[in-house]
Amino acid sequence: MSTVTLPVINPAFMQRYNFYEHLERHQLQLHPASIETLQVNITKMCNQACRHCHVDASPKRTEAMDKPTIERCLEILSAHEMIKTLDITGGAPELNPHFEFFVTETATLKKKIMVRHNLTITIDGHPVTKDSKNHLPEFFARNRVEVVSSLPYYEEYFTDKQRGRGVFEKSIEALRRLNALGYGADDSGLVLNLVYNPVGTYLPASQAGLEADYKKHLKEKFGIVFNHLFTITNMPIHRFKDDLERNGKYDEYMTRLINAFNPVAAQGVMCRSLLSVGYDGKIYDCDFNQMLDLQVENHQPLTVWNFNMDFLMKRNIIFGAHCFGCTAGGGSSCGGATA
Amino acid sequence: MNYYESNDLKRFAEVGKFRKELMDMFFTYYNKVTGEDGALTKREKSLIGLAVAHAKQCPYCIDAYTTQCLETGASPDQMTEAIHVTAALEAGMTLVHGVQMLNNLEKEGA
Repeated sequence: MSTVTLPVINPAFMQRYNFYEHLERHQLQLHPASIETLQVNITKMCNQACRHCHVDASPKRTEAMDKPTIERCLEILSAHEMIKTLDITGGAPELNPHFEFFVTETATLKKKIMVRHNLTITIDGHPVTKDSKNHLPEFFARNRVEVVSSLPYYEEYFTDKQRGRGVFEKSIEALRRLNALGYGADDSGLVLNLVYNPVGTYLPASQAGLEADYKKHLKEKFGIVFNHLFTITNMPIHRFKDDLERNGKYDEYMTRLINAFNPVAAQGVMCRSLLSVGYDGKIYDCDFNQMLDLQVENHQPLTVWNFNMDFLMKRNIIFGAHCFGCTAGGGSSCGGATA
Repeated sequence: MNYYESNDLKRFAEVGKFRKELMDMFFTYYNKVTGEDGALTKREKSLIGLAVAHAKQCPYCIDAYTTQCLETGASPDQMTEAIHVTAALEAGMTLVHGVQMLNNLEKEGA
């Protein structure tokens, strides 16, 4: 019970933010186990500007992956059988003008395609050009895309608090459209997974328990079905970290994460089986390292243009204080809990 | 300076500055009772804790158990129902003492 085991904050406390020391104390060595997933962040533009977004995405961002870099990612996917999954993220990845090219070309490679789809983009359309994105559910279904969508809570109040007013209502409408095509139904083969993250400075509840709650409430209240819920811990970086610091809660949150350090969750961290690619082709251990500009280096910074699988499998993963977010409690990854 | 400082919760373990072994025994007991699933789930225990925190009006416990409830997946509706149980029992406890009042009134011929 964390409330009675919180340590006193003192000068020695700062050392507790050292993730490497923590690994050593638990005799853990976290090396790459595989590269099963290539997660590619193709734009920082988004129709939303969520309170906890670690990408600091918003309609004002303009960074986007160009077509040659996308084509290079396709070459890497094609050349390496070990990479089973393409995980496309952003921002709202659908706002990259080459998004649909990327999906359709990957579909021909027989790789699993996951898209981090924020739901509201279908309703809102492009925030700058105002182009409609109404066709997205059909496009996803046609290409057998696994849709992964953030819905911070099964009630409006927490969802809108985190993602902006009106987001819950639009998300429900977008989920209905996906369900109408078979997404989320057990026998359809069209996978729809939802993502939960806490609205405040606390850890997620158990994934299985929350999934059951989400399924019950969304079905009973809105007739919505989905496959699985991923619980994700808020990472203490960028917009969320700024929010914590503004409210004088950064140390308290870090303490909560560190007290909940789980060696089993640590062994399952996603950086052991995933690579993250930035919009400019730079390679990172994960999306969070990407946002902190902690690029993988092999004598020189690594990009998709000097991609070297042998080196990547032997690399030392770069860890930082934010990694305590992935190892707390049930663990956290882009695929949910890890323990 | 207030009597209740929210940051003081972090100093709870300091109560073990003297006779540490007694606080250690308390923490072991406390964590065993509240921190694990048993015949009751951690979520159910958290809701009970929240209800008791309100009955005893302990600000530390209300803060801690609001968080604990959220971390075990309790919803705001469930948490609110829990404190209504507290309130209903407290109202009932007040009203059931009315029988004592009635006994006295009846002795007076009411």
